[in-house]
Amino acid sequence: MDPAKKRQIRLVVALSAAVLLAVALIYTSFNAANDAMEPSELLAAGPGTSFDVTGKVAAGSVENGDTLRFGITDRDGGRAVPVVYDGIVPDPFREGREVIVTGALNDQGVLVAEKDSLITKCPSKFAEEHGDDPNVIIEDG
Amino acid sequence: MSALGAAALAAALLTSIYTVVSALIGARTGDRRWVDSSRRAYYAVFGLLLVAVVALESAFLRSDFSLELVAGNSSTTTPTLYKATAMWGSQAGSLLLWAFVLSIAGSAVLYATRNRLRELAPWATAVMAGVATFFIGLMMAGTIFPSAETYPFAALAAAQVPLEGAGLNPLLRHPAMAIHPPMLYSGYVFFTVPFAFAIAALITRRVDASWIRSTRRFALIAWVFLSLGLALGARWSYSELGWGGYWAWDPVENAALLPWLTGTAFIHSIMVQERRGMLRVWNVSLIVVTFALSLLGTFLVRSGVLQSIHAFGESKVGPPLLVLIATVLIGSTLLIISRLDDLRSERRIDSLLSRESMFLLNNLLFIGLAVIVFWGTFFPLISEAFTGQESSLAAPWYNRYTTPVAIGLLFLAGVGPLVAWRRVDPAGLRRAFAVPLSVAAGAGVLLVAFADGLAEPFALALFVAGAFTLAAVGQELWRGTAARRALSGGSPLSAFTALITRNRRRYGGYIVHIGIALLLIGVAASSSFQTSRDLRLEPGDSGTVGDYSVTYVRPTSEIDPVEQKIAFGAIIDVRRDGEQVALLSPSREYFASSAADPSAPLRGFFEGEATSEVGRKEGAARDIWTAVQPDLSSFDPVIDRGDALFARLAKRVDPADEAAAGFIAAQQGQAIRSLADRYLNETPPAEIRFNVNPFVIWIWIGGIVAMLGALFALWPGAEARRRRVSDVYAAKLARELQRT
Amino acid sequence: MEVLIAIAILALVAAFVSVPLRRSASSDGAQQAAADAALAALEARKQAKYREIRDTELDRAQGKLSEADFQRQYAELRAEAIAILKQIDAQGPALAPREPATDREGEREPGRGSV
Repeated sequence: MDPAKKRQIRLVVALSAAVLLAVALIYTSFNAANDAMEPSELLAAGPGTSFDVTGKVAAGSVENGDTLRFGITDRDGGRAVPVVYDGIVPDPFREGREVIVTGALNDQGVLVAEKDSLITKCPSKFAEEHGDDPNVIIEDG
Repeated sequence: MSALGAAALAAALLTSIYTVVSALIGARTGDRRWVDSSRRAYYAVFGLLLVAVVALESAFLRSDFSLELVAGNSSTTTPTLYKATAMWGSQAGSLLLWAFVLSIAGSAVLYATRNRLRELAPWATAVMAGVATFFIGLMMAGTIFPSAETYPFAALAAAQVPLEGAGLNPLLRHPAMAIHPPMLYSGYVFFTVPFAFAIAALITRRVDASWIRSTRRFALIAWVFLSLGLALGARWSYSELGWGGYWAWDPVENAALLPWLTGTAFIHSIMVQERRGMLRVWNVSLIVVTFALSLLGTFLVRSGVLQSIHAFGESKVGPPLLVLIATVLIGSTLLIISRLDDLRSERRIDSLLSRESMFLLNNLLFIGLAVIVFWGTFFPLISEAFTGQESSLAAPWYNRYTTPVAIGLLFLAGVGPLVAWRRVDPAGLRRAFAVPLSVAAGAGVLLVAFADGLAEPFALALFVAGAFTLAAVGQELWRGTAARRALSGGSPLSAFTALITRNRRRYGGYIVHIGIALLLIGVAASSSFQTSRDLRLEPGDSGTVGDYSVTYVRPTSEIDPVEQKIAFGAIIDVRRDGEQVALLSPSREYFASSAADPSAPLRGFFEGEATSEVGRKEGAARDIWTAVQPDLSSFDPVIDRGDALFARLAKRVDPADEAAAGFIAAQQGQAIRSLADRYLNETPPAEIRFNVNPFVIWIWIGGIVAMLGALFALWPGAEARRRRVSDVYAAKLARELQRT
Repeated sequence: MEVLIAIAILALVAAFVSVPLRRSASSDGAQQAAADAALAALEARKQAKYREIRDTELDRAQGKLSEADFQRQYAELRAEAIAILKQIDAQGPALAPREPATDREGEREPGRGSV
């Protein structure tokens, strides 16, 4: 086989592999991804499907114990969705902080969280407009 | 002093603009005077930024709270190390750091090339100075738009200067976190140098390997810094955070990983261009992409565009950075397209079985990996654009796709050293691959037979590939030493030393491969074979995790008035087969919130930051890791009662009465101490997370080895003095070859 | 106050960067410098070529290259090296190339060397 032909074949093989990878990526990512929701949207969506719920921990709602219970509200406030969570609680977790937790609403309207899915955002200096942390806790660069 | 710094920064802006202009004049007219002037101007920018940095640092060290930056990021009680490193904890400070490191890197390369690369250097100066102007300009724009918070010397009005600053988030009071940002930024910045020279090469149509030869070292330096930054972040996460992991595929982590991936590909593919003159379009495109990703990394961390643990909120710096990235990409693409004819090389890859082919394959895999990581990182934006719904991908998706590619890359890291440039003859191939393949197969068999290898196929594949690579590089070192001895005699040790020091690039690279193999073996073992359990224990209780028995021996409690924290912890006894393996003391530290409600001082302690102090015992074969989370719900009534008492006291006391204030403070101290005692005597149960992580230490060891290998490759060798010889060319050639 | 400092700084910087501009436009110095630069570039290519030759010899000694392949590659590399040496000499008699005061490419650390 002459070199030009060989090169063409290699090019075709490489391109096909790239296309295959791209298709696999696109297909599986849309399937594997969790939709992000705010608690108000979650209430509207109803029980069943698992979502990544982003919101703020409602003041006065944190109960420690065997499992962690707290309420999660939209960033701007509003009705709190009760959450039941089992697993690692990140260090920055506290009331008023923004968190992301993955789980599904059950029939009683409680968000049953997946284990270890709680992520708490490090408090940010640039969040003054939200009035999150009046004591300006500084974040890293 | 700050006035000096501010003046220096303003002067730096004007000077860097002058640098761009004079460099362009010199480039267009060829007048060396303008070129020399632009080089001096670049050095001057370095000097001015140095003054600005020193001024700012001194403000931090003096706790000069008249500067907004110092008031917001430091405090009088912050330990000195963290005062000094707090500068880059803020947006304005990190912009200054970026510009400063860029001025260092640029000055270094301009000095090194001051008598060479006469056509390229002026254009490269203009590019680097242009980027510097952007960053300095962003900072100075903060004087006009104070809400952007980009001006490092922003001053507070005299009335607003606080007595005490906000202090540093306790999570960040860790040496690794102190230097993690400058390491990452240095990595990003040093990639600017090869980028600038690539642009210069394209503009001047001098697309041979000279731009690569001069900037290769800078790409390697960038790689070392980026690797160090990534490793420090992983190490900090593992040893400080209460989740015990080192990599979460968080968008900000990925942002730093992306230029590392393309940068590693670049370091390999430029070798092909140096040797064979091939891949010229590929290389210029790759460095453009790497530089753009470096800027993107800077942007991502500070823009709030993606949900991340490192949430910095919306920052005004985002849009200008995006504009710069777009300009870089579009401008470079147009430039490359316009020079395509000059870039095309006639040479082609001779054979699939050659080092060039392996490098090309390695590049494809790295790019594939970068695409996967990029896709996953930006997926929330992509999905929102296409479906209107923001969705995100988590670690399992990333692991599923990156692991096979990583396996392929690890295997290639062993193949590369085994094959020669241009062409390997089949018999030579057999000789080269026999031992490493056998070792790899042997390792695989052993793992399947004795360690349940088939349960975790990906981990098994990584181990086998790692074994192959280690064996392959080991064989190369062995046979290379033998060949050297055959050629020029000497003891094995001296032959080995001569071998690796005569060719630092090659053998430094081999050492890096060893490091990476160790690292990936550590990753495979610790992620696939981790044992983890949560136990809820009271003092005296025990639990079992795998082969280990875990006993909560007794509680600990400690008060630190300097750092204003209470630590509640536990002594954990870990045994295996009855023998003590480790005695760990994890704890949870509660820091007083500085804006605590004075009428609820006790609650204030538990409303501030809390960090986990991990209890860890490292070992060659496994790490034992615990974190404790006391359940303080039973303390709530006590705290509330105490706070109610203090609230009543505070009402009855005149705030100006110092003696009374002193008395109350003393009472508060007493109350805290009694809380601490209560923890010891009426200890509530605690959640104890217990992990056994096999081979984690090899991740750190592998990383260090890889970085040392890169430094070795970077290091200049002792060159024999080059003397001009005036005989017949062939004789000259022969003699010079023998001498080296 | 800051403005005064800034002006003073700028004056210093201006003095520093204008030094080259006060030279006369053309000079033999420029020609010499250009020739030095060309020579340095050629030296760099020479070093790279020598490295390739050494690597090839080592590969053959390790058995990765067959004798036939080695001879072919070695001949090619030799020819390329000789071509570079010829170019270096063509720079040649008119200029005595100055010794490592100019940077040597390849193994030198950037920034090292006499000022």
